[in-house]
Amino acid sequence: MTASPPAIEVERLTKCFGDFCAVDALSFTVNCGEVFGLLGPNGAGKSTLIRMLTTLVPPTSGTARVNGFDVARAPNDVRQSIGVIPQAMTSDLDLSAEENLSIFAKFYGIPREQRRRTITALLEAVDLTAWRDKPVKNFSGGMRRRLEIARGLVHEPRIFFLDEPTTGLDPVSRVSVWEMLSRLKRERDLTILVTTHYMDEADKLCDRIAIVDHGKLKALDSPLKLKASIPGRNVIEVSFTSVPAGWADTLRALPEVAEVKAEDHVFRLASQNGPRTTVELMEAARRAGIGIASLSVQSTTLDDVFVHYTGHQLRDALQSAAVYRISHLRERR
Amino acid sequence: MHRVWAIIERDLRRFRRSPTLIVVSMVMPLVQLVVLGYAFGGQIKHLRLGVVDQDHAVPAVQLREMFQAVAANARTFDTVGYSDLATALGDLRNGRISGVLNIPPRFSRRLLAGESPRVALAEDNTDQFSSAALQGALTALLGAYQQKTPAPRLAAAPTLSVVEIYPYVPYIQYLLPGTIVLAIFVSAMIGGGIIFIDDKARGLHEGYLVTPVHKFELILGFNLAGAAKAVIAGMVMVTCGSLIAGIPDPLSPVRLVQMFILVVVTALALISMMFLLVVRVNDPLVPRAVFGVLNTMLFFPSGAVYPINAFPEWMKVIAKVDPFTYAVHGFKELLLKNTGLAAIGFDLFYLGAFTVVVMAAATALFRRTL
Repeated sequence: MTASPPAIEVERLTKCFGDFCAVDALSFTVNCGEVFGLLGPNGAGKSTLIRMLTTLVPPTSGTARVNGFDVARAPNDVRQSIGVIPQAMTSDLDLSAEENLSIFAKFYGIPREQRRRTITALLEAVDLTAWRDKPVKNFSGGMRRRLEIARGLVHEPRIFFLDEPTTGLDPVSRVSVWEMLSRLKRERDLTILVTTHYMDEADKLCDRIAIVDHGKLKALDSPLKLKASIPGRNVIEVSFTSVPAGWADTLRALPEVAEVKAEDHVFRLASQNGPRTTVELMEAARRAGIGIASLSVQSTTLDDVFVHYTGHQLRDALQSAAVYRISHLRERR
Repeated sequence: MHRVWAIIERDLRRFRRSPTLIVVSMVMPLVQLVVLGYAFGGQIKHLRLGVVDQDHAVPAVQLREMFQAVAANARTFDTVGYSDLATALGDLRNGRISGVLNIPPRFSRRLLAGESPRVALAEDNTDQFSSAALQGALTALLGAYQQKTPAPRLAAAPTLSVVEIYPYVPYIQYLLPGTIVLAIFVSAMIGGGIIFIDDKARGLHEGYLVTPVHKFELILGFNLAGAAKAVIAGMVMVTCGSLIAGIPDPLSPVRLVQMFILVVVTALALISMMFLLVVRVNDPLVPRAVFGVLNTMLFFPSGAVYPINAFPEWMKVIAKVDPFTYAVHGFKELLLKNTGLAAIGFDLFYLGAFTVVVMAAATALFRRTL
């Protein structure tokens, strides 16, 4: 069997705004038919990367080929072969669902008869047939997102880019969007590149995941292999009433412990055997006369993978990004 | 070309569903026409003129009778008799009357002696329009009074006979050409400039830019869609405005076709100017801040409300390059003089050339990336 050419090839792709490099010499390849996830906090460079791949932002240096076409040299060929769902909701509120799809089908030069058939099939696929003639301003966030996914597919592209498609949606809508994407991928043989900061989504749906932080690629593999690549199978998060000197070394010496990280009085212990380490940990604390303030044991998640490769937790990064954004707005006012 | 049509189709569908936009771009200029037209256009009547007769002889009485005749007929002013000058001037200062006419003692005696006696008009000159009306009425009246008295034997003085070649143009008709251009401008501003930036800010453009639409197709689509809306607003204004202002034969098909051509050319010029102004703007607050000033800067120096000859030099320069000037001139010719297209050839040429130059600059500045 001959391997099909990759859907997306990225080589040392860089985008700098002045001194700040949002994307810093990223290289990776996305194979045909896979769901490729870009995982990272806000400001990690995911959107800039996707914008370069979809010809919206010219790269500073490096190359990227999508469907075999260079994004800088043959942008129109790239545009013809991809479907894109930008992060912001970009459907037209004053138009109906059908009109939104029809206008975009015309942008791709699809003949009238085919247009009619495609729109009917797509509205069916995203479960919006009953809303065909209704104005989009009456749609919920989830419905708008589904309509936009249909819009990205009007010209039957083989490669589909989605920039945080579930951000801002309620949990039910999130599930329905992802189920729909999985179905569309199967039925239409799509290659999907999706950015998200929801670990559970990435874990369940992506064939491979690239962890991106500060514009750099930190790790790239299947969710299973990524989880296996970090020490331990369980993570114990524990905080104590007091911490004597050398306490981290004591913890490190506990049985089955592979790694200990301390962050703001919270210790994260990677262990090959969570229950056993926990029992020993409690015993050690009792001997030393230290109280345990909190303790949790869980299986390794992508969150732990993220912490391992980036040195900080995704939720912290998201939080700090949010704080930054709000204060930024205040300054502007 | 089908992509250009798709952009236009989308914009016009949205336009049809935004009644607010339709009302703002069509009804507001009509309201402005009616309010401004009648606020400035009317003849000034019933100014209160104090008359102090210090003479009381027959010629002075005759003069006062003529004033009363004006008060009864043209009604430019109503006379109020005063017995002494000080009280009359006091009332003038206090704003109770608009002017004081003083017939001095010995007026009749000097008149009969063949000297030229003077009557004095003290007036409240803070209101230029009223004082000009008062002066005009009194000058005409004294001229008529002079003819009644036996003229001394003098060499014949040349007189001016005025022939008006067009029917009387009330101010509301004078204002109509400017208002039509303003309607086109408002529509170009909202339907072109503001919507362009809002769509950009809401990310709608991002949706377009990832499709294979060519840069020129985008520019053409945005501008033709904006121009189409401005033409609709302009033609509504042409027909409704002509009917309201009482333009003779307002629905003559030949004139409507000529007007349509001028409306289209004006709409293209103004929409391309708007596009140049917003092509690199991303902040939706910018046009809201700028467009009010822009409106004033373009509308008033264009000769729409006052003749350009009265402007200082620097403002004449604005009038010279302002597309409003040529559009307003064109509409004046067609509406007030019914001249036909030949008389507005240069206006059409200027507006066309303006469109080409401005559009070329905007195209050079337009970016197909974010």
